[in-house]
Amino acid sequence: MKKIFFVLLCVFVAITSSFLSACGKNKEELIFYNWQDYIDPDVVDMFTEETGISVIIEPFDTNESMYIKVKNTGGYDVILPSDYMVQRMVNDGLLEKLDMSKIPNYSHIDDNFKNLYFDPANEYFVPYMWGTVGILYDSTRVYEPIDSWEALWDERYEGEIFMYNSVRDAMTAPLKMLGYSVNTLDAGELDEAAALLIEQKPLVKAYLGEPVKDKMIGGEGIMAVMYSGDAQFCQFENENLVYTIPKEGSNIFVDGLVIPKTAPNKENAMKFIDFLCRPEIAALNSEYLGYSTANRSALELIDPELMENPIFWATDEEIARCEFFEDLGDFRDDFDRVWSEVLIGN
Amino acid sequence: MKVLKRAYLAVILIFLYAPIVVLIVFSFNEAKSRGVWGGFSLKWYGELFKDRQIIQALYNTLLIAAISAVTATAIGTAAALGINAMRRTPRKVILNLSNIPVMNPDIVTGVSLMLLFLFIVGLIGKGNLGFGTLLMSHITFNIPYVTLSVLPKVRQLDPAIYEAAQDLGAKPFTSFWRVVFPQLLPGIVTGMIFAFTLSLDDFVISFFTTGPGVSNLSIIIYSSAAKRGINPEINALSTFMFVVVLLLLFLINRRDARELKKNKKKEIRT
Repeated sequence: MKKIFFVLLCVFVAITSSFLSACGKNKEELIFYNWQDYIDPDVVDMFTEETGISVIIEPFDTNESMYIKVKNTGGYDVILPSDYMVQRMVNDGLLEKLDMSKIPNYSHIDDNFKNLYFDPANEYFVPYMWGTVGILYDSTRVYEPIDSWEALWDERYEGEIFMYNSVRDAMTAPLKMLGYSVNTLDAGELDEAAALLIEQKPLVKAYLGEPVKDKMIGGEGIMAVMYSGDAQFCQFENENLVYTIPKEGSNIFVDGLVIPKTAPNKENAMKFIDFLCRPEIAALNSEYLGYSTANRSALELIDPELMENPIFWATDEEIARCEFFEDLGDFRDDFDRVWSEVLIGN
Repeated sequence: MKVLKRAYLAVILIFLYAPIVVLIVFSFNEAKSRGVWGGFSLKWYGELFKDRQIIQALYNTLLIAAISAVTATAIGTAAALGINAMRRTPRKVILNLSNIPVMNPDIVTGVSLMLLFLFIVGLIGKGNLGFGTLLMSHITFNIPYVTLSVLPKVRQLDPAIYEAAQDLGAKPFTSFWRVVFPQLLPGIVTGMIFAFTLSLDDFVISFFTTGPGVSNLSIIIYSSAAKRGINPEINALSTFMFVVVLLLLFLINRRDARELKKNKKKEIRT
């Protein structure tokens, strides 16, 4: 019986292994694990033309599912995760230290995005795009230009306000309005913020995710809490919409390039990262995506008209008032609890 | 009463087809958003055929759906015949065993297949996930569905027919191929179409069992909803696929109808 089992196992392994793809080092290839449609395709073609390295883009849908794949399988050369996920990947030892001598264009990166909390010595992470959470509003229907989170509590806009349907993004507004950190670990502060959200509830038209974009473009509301990248898309379709980063500060995020330890083509990966750090390439990507580039030298190359828009550019002071999301640890449960109280409570 | 019946049917059909109609209409929208109508345009169809990533994914998807449907149908049909020939207790055990993957949440199937493949990669020390593992997992989750759709047909089969064919001098294979197989055909075709569609729209298992550089349409569509919103190219692609499937169904049905007519005429003549 044991023998039979062993023979069956061998047959099984043999069949399966014949289906495995070969993973030899291919000099002329690079596998880029990225968000779908998060790079200008022309830029990829330019890179291939210049270096002869063909780039295969593989999309992922969330930082979390990307993490599972990268932790368990190899084969990806360059990955583009968000800030908090980089922290987790560094802690788990998944990332390769970058050889900065091979990425000379790193010097163009904005100082605001160096020495971040998850990579204090700039060893693993090359910033790519960043964005903020702010208010998108219809400039033809507001009584005065909006510059504060308090507008979301203004009774004149009853039934015309959209809130973002996710815990941390929704909690950002009341926490910042009260002058607290978005990463607060204080139960009292959290309860105050939740009470504000409950007070605001009668004014809110809906708590929405992605569909809020189409609603704002269609003019179904006056203002919405939104990510700057989404706001740019809305402005492109409806020019009455204006985006603002409230004066109390907000949440800021940055996505960037990392190389996993398992990358088969590390040399190509460094070349690719350096290429993306060239100012003219960063400018192309920024204009294509409608996100702010973390490349300071690229700002001079972007259409000056765009630069007046806080979606593309914010002053150092504005950036300084914004905070990155940090992992809350066990306190995450408290956030979830008060958020569900807001959603079901009266 | 008749009005009520019609209205009921109409409501059901509207629920089924309204989303598809909306999708088709917006695939011709010049604007990128669903919030505004920017005028009629074929722009997204043009963009679609220029988008190498999507075309490559379409190719992967169709290839995997076709190969996995055919393979799973062959294995599943053989399994149905085998299960039917078993004694009562082992039959029940095997049937329940093959039902488990159907009930199992996709995420469990996906992650466990990934771990299994990685275990084998570790064992032989080379290779990686990719097209092959994606194909294998699609075959795997398709097999029980084929078995379940062929099995009732096998049960209906009169065992005497197979014996009669052999009595009349047919060899075992001939009697299977010429006598048993045609009787099972409706179940087999249903199973194969079922397998094909399941493979087309699977996301979770595909995501976990594919490797670097190989993605199918569902992975791309699912990922594009994450950060940048669904691209209207996807609407165009879905419209295109819907029309092709509709045409295929139409052709198949017309052929069937014709054959039915022919057979009736023959019957009348003889």
